[in-house]
Amino acid sequence: MFTAATLAVLVAIGLTVVRAWAGPTVFDRVLAANTIGTLAVTLIAAYGFLTNRPEFLDIAIVYALLNVLSTLAILKFFRFGSLGDPEPRDRDAPREPSP
Amino acid sequence: MRHVSLILALAAFWLLLSGFFKPFLLLAGLGSVLAVTWFTDRRMKVLDFEGHPVHLSVNALTYWPWLLWEIVKAGWDVTKIILHPRLPISPCMIRVPTSQATDVGRVIYANSITLTPGTISVELESGSILVHALTQAGADGLATGDMDRRSTAFEAAR
Amino acid sequence: MLLFDLLSWGFILAGGFFTIVGAFGLIRMPDIYTRLHASGVLDPFGVTLILIGFMFQAGLTLVTVKLVFIVILLLFTSPVACHALARAALHHGIRPRLTDGSETPSKP
Repeated sequence: MFTAATLAVLVAIGLTVVRAWAGPTVFDRVLAANTIGTLAVTLIAAYGFLTNRPEFLDIAIVYALLNVLSTLAILKFFRFGSLGDPEPRDRDAPREPSP
Repeated sequence: MRHVSLILALAAFWLLLSGFFKPFLLLAGLGSVLAVTWFTDRRMKVLDFEGHPVHLSVNALTYWPWLLWEIVKAGWDVTKIILHPRLPISPCMIRVPTSQATDVGRVIYANSITLTPGTISVELESGSILVHALTQAGADGLATGDMDRRSTAFEAAR
Repeated sequence: MLLFDLLSWGFILAGGFFTIVGAFGLIRMPDIYTRLHASGVLDPFGVTLILIGFMFQAGLTLVTVKLVFIVILLLFTSPVACHALARAALHHGIRPRLTDGSETPSKP
C-alpha cells in the first residue's frame, strides 16, 4: 500500500521534472520546484512508513516549512532583486528613529 | 485569553515534536514557550486579532468542512478538464467584490479562492480581488458570491 | 481492522490518481496561469488525500497527530505560495492567454 503511494508520487515527480526542464519562463520552474517540494514531503512520510520509522515525519514537517519559505524567497528575489526589506514599514514602528 | 491559547498551542507543539517527558526537557519546553509568548507580545506586537485569530475557531468548525467539500467538487471538475482530449479551457480574469470588514477576512476569502482548484486570486485591491479562472463556468460560480457571503459570516465571529 | 485498510486503500489510490493527474496537467496546460490551476489539483488536494490514507493506517497514535499537522500546514501555506507565484508573474508582465478577451488585466 505504501509502495503504491510511493510509486504514484515518484511518477508525479518525474512528470514535474519534465516541466521544470522545459518550462519557458522562470515562474514555471519555480512552480515545478514548489510542487516537487510538496511531493517530497509526501515521499518522506511514505518512506517513514515503509521502513517503520515514523521519526521521518518530523523531517517532513520541517521540509514543508522550508519549502514554502524557499518559494517565497525566490519569488521575492526575482521581483526586487534582493532579499532585503524594500520599503520601510509605515504601519508599525519604524526601524530607525525618524528625525 | 490570547496568551493562554498561544501558550497551550505552543506547549502542544513542543510535546508533539519532542515526545520525551523528562523533567529537564519539560522545563526547557516551558521556558521556550514563555519566551516565545513574551517575544510575540511585547517585541513583535503581533499577538492581536490578526496574528492569532483564536476568536474564529468556533466558526471554523462549520466553515472548514464546507470549504473542503468545495475543494473536492472543484478538484473533480478540473480533473475532468485535464483528462479531456480537447482540453476545454476558457481562461478569463474577473474582479469579484469583497464585503469583509477586516484584513483577516479578506485574506481568508482570497486564500479560499486560491485553495479551490480552478480559481486563483491574483491581486488584492481595495474592495475587490482580481481572480484568474480556468473556465468561464468557474468564474460564473465565483461571481454568485456564495463564498464571499460565507467567509464574511466566518470572520464576523466575535 | 479490515475497514480501516479498505478506507486507507481508497484514499491512497484516489490521492495517487489526483496527484498524477495534476502533474500531467502541469505538462499539458498552455501557460503559467493555467498550470497553476493544474498544480492546485496536485498540491493541496492529491497530497492531502494520500496523507489521509496514511492516517487510517497509523491509527490513533502520535503519528496521526503529526500527519494532521502536516496536512494543516500544507493547506495553509500552499495557497500563499500559489498566490505569490501568480502575482509575481503578473507583475513581471506575463500576459495570461484569455479566450474571450473580455478584460485585459491592468498592470498594477
